[in-house]
Amino acid sequence: MANITPIVMPKWGLSMQEGTVTSWLVEVGTQIKVGMPILEVETDKIANAVEAPDPGLLRKKVASDGELLPVKALLGVMADSDVTDAEIDEYVASYITPSSDDDGVEEVSANTFIDVNGINIRYVKRGADNGVPILFIHGFGGDLDNWLFNIDSLADKHPVIALDLPGHGQSAIKLPGKSITDLAKFVIDFMKAINVDKAHLVGHSMGGAVAAKIALLDANRVATLNLICTAGLGEDINSSYTHGFASSESKRELKPFLELLFADSSLVGRQMVDDVLKYKRLDGVTNLLLELGSALFGKGKQSEQPVKELTNKHKILIIAGEKDQIIPPQHVKNAPSHAKVEVFSDAGHMTQMEKANEVNKLIIGHVSD
Amino acid sequence: MARKISMKQAINEALDLEMSADPTVICLGEDIVGGAGADGERDAWGGVLGVTKGLYAKHGDRLMDTPLSESAYIGAAIGAANCGMRPVAELMFLDFMGVCFDQMFNQAAKFKYMFGGKAHTPVVIRGMVGAGFRAAAQHSQMLTPLFTHIPGLKVVCPSTPYDTKGLLIQSIRDNDPVIFCEHKNLYGFEGEVPEGSYTIPLGEANIVRDGKDCSIITYGLMVHRSLEAAAILAKEGIEVEILDLRTLSPLDVDSILETVEKTGRLVCVDEANPRCSIASDVSSIVAMHAFKALKGPIQMVTAPHTPVPFSPILEDLYIPNAAQIVEAVKRATGGKK
Repeated sequence: MANITPIVMPKWGLSMQEGTVTSWLVEVGTQIKVGMPILEVETDKIANAVEAPDPGLLRKKVASDGELLPVKALLGVMADSDVTDAEIDEYVASYITPSSDDDGVEEVSANTFIDVNGINIRYVKRGADNGVPILFIHGFGGDLDNWLFNIDSLADKHPVIALDLPGHGQSAIKLPGKSITDLAKFVIDFMKAINVDKAHLVGHSMGGAVAAKIALLDANRVATLNLICTAGLGEDINSSYTHGFASSESKRELKPFLELLFADSSLVGRQMVDDVLKYKRLDGVTNLLLELGSALFGKGKQSEQPVKELTNKHKILIIAGEKDQIIPPQHVKNAPSHAKVEVFSDAGHMTQMEKANEVNKLIIGHVSD
Repeated sequence: MARKISMKQAINEALDLEMSADPTVICLGEDIVGGAGADGERDAWGGVLGVTKGLYAKHGDRLMDTPLSESAYIGAAIGAANCGMRPVAELMFLDFMGVCFDQMFNQAAKFKYMFGGKAHTPVVIRGMVGAGFRAAAQHSQMLTPLFTHIPGLKVVCPSTPYDTKGLLIQSIRDNDPVIFCEHKNLYGFEGEVPEGSYTIPLGEANIVRDGKDCSIITYGLMVHRSLEAAAILAKEGIEVEILDLRTLSPLDVDSILETVEKTGRLVCVDEANPRCSIASDVSSIVAMHAFKALKGPIQMVTAPHTPVPFSPILEDLYIPNAAQIVEAVKRATGGKK
């Protein structure tokens, strides 16, 4: 069976257990290349295209459109043309989907906590043990699940680390301070605590400003900067979003604000709203977000602009979405002259989710050169 | 940090966190400390099913074992609430409410109204509801409709450990009397629950499954029976939406109408007896306010109009099951999608 390569249901994020195949994007007989989108999958959180992790000739579609299948279930089979149909049928018949118990073990070890300056921080670490790691820093009100389409794709070639910033996700509801500088100093201390001397930083929104500030404070700790829909590159910000997100108390109030994050607002499903509400309903979160939001983004102005101050000490990749309704995409005109800039015409503020495959390719290219 | 715990542990954690955060929170009930006067550990028992186990060791005399007189200690809890405490009284089996009707229905529920809004009664009466525990007719009822009928009382009946913890903390912080109904057959049910404090507002229903063909509106243990039914129906191509009411008073009428307007079909599933039940209440609201959205007759799946039988075989037949729900959905949809 050495010549048969399975295509299986991917696992996007820690909580994904099953997904629905919405549609195949390729036909049987297609020569598939690595990274080619081959089918659309929808989970209770979000929909996305599955990219081929391996190359091969598509011989059989096992999953049909509309089918709900567990993670790692067989979706299709690739094999060279000299493999017979009978051999493929035999492979399909004998395929056993790995049980979810295996994942259970993985999940426990994937979620780690560490005390940094008296604040308990959740983070995940995946991928290779060696090499310069990629560190993901999410935005205001976000958590490491904002990277669910990015972490595993980049973990193939690099060690990847993603954290929940203080007061966010499953980290302690406590802030080290209310400025980008305070957060940047904290992330530096986090890197020290987990023995990371140097990393490629990937920052989204507020996390982009934090990443840039880290580069300004401690240049040697940063290999490259990868900033997505980043804050800190211009003055304006939609503070009615940051305030509305922080103060919404119900699904009905919150959903319209989450819809502002995407070019395609239909991506905001019930599960996404429920997950954000679960976080926001923890004691202390609402006040923390209101305070942080008004300190950083009060009255529609960003308090710090670290991305503008970056010098050519670091390679910089700046990615924006033209339909971003939170931070104006026009800010990319302020990008440092040596930065590589990519703007996606049909993506909103969550470009790393809406254009996951393209963003992953850009980051891989940028950190590998 | 979220980890899996049982509904029983979720109740214990909610009580523990609120007692730690607010010195006015006290607990009282029959045997909730449980070992007092006996040899050995003083809170060895922690209530009839061990829900409050360990709390006495931490919070001492803010937990009180009461005499076996529900009338007396429910009245005491209500009086303490009027005097600035936030008591949580455990009624063990909520079937025992009968001897507390004046205290609950005529006093606690009326104080705010009778005193022009100046009196608050932040009391929680919590206890077990529901059948399936082989505890016979006097310890197995689903009396939620009875409590829901009384203006001035709030009524909660959660289906998961996550909801239980958030709703119980909210109930303790609420300034009105809350009857908190815990299904005894869900005590061992596990789910992901954050370690810290959080709240879920009273009066917010929760969609637990999305579907387009038929709405099931339910609460408590019946949420799980409905999910079983949904899995069976999905194999036949029928996608049901399940709305877990979570709070029966106040009732999330908006969410009820919204799901029926989406699917055009309604099955109400209620473990209570059928007359004047939550199922009949929801049915009447939908018939009055969303009649035009309905594409077929409303169906109800409830317990029969009998006491809960002690015979295990009969008791199992008494409790609404997935097969009955599947049949009701098929009646509601008339085989059409």
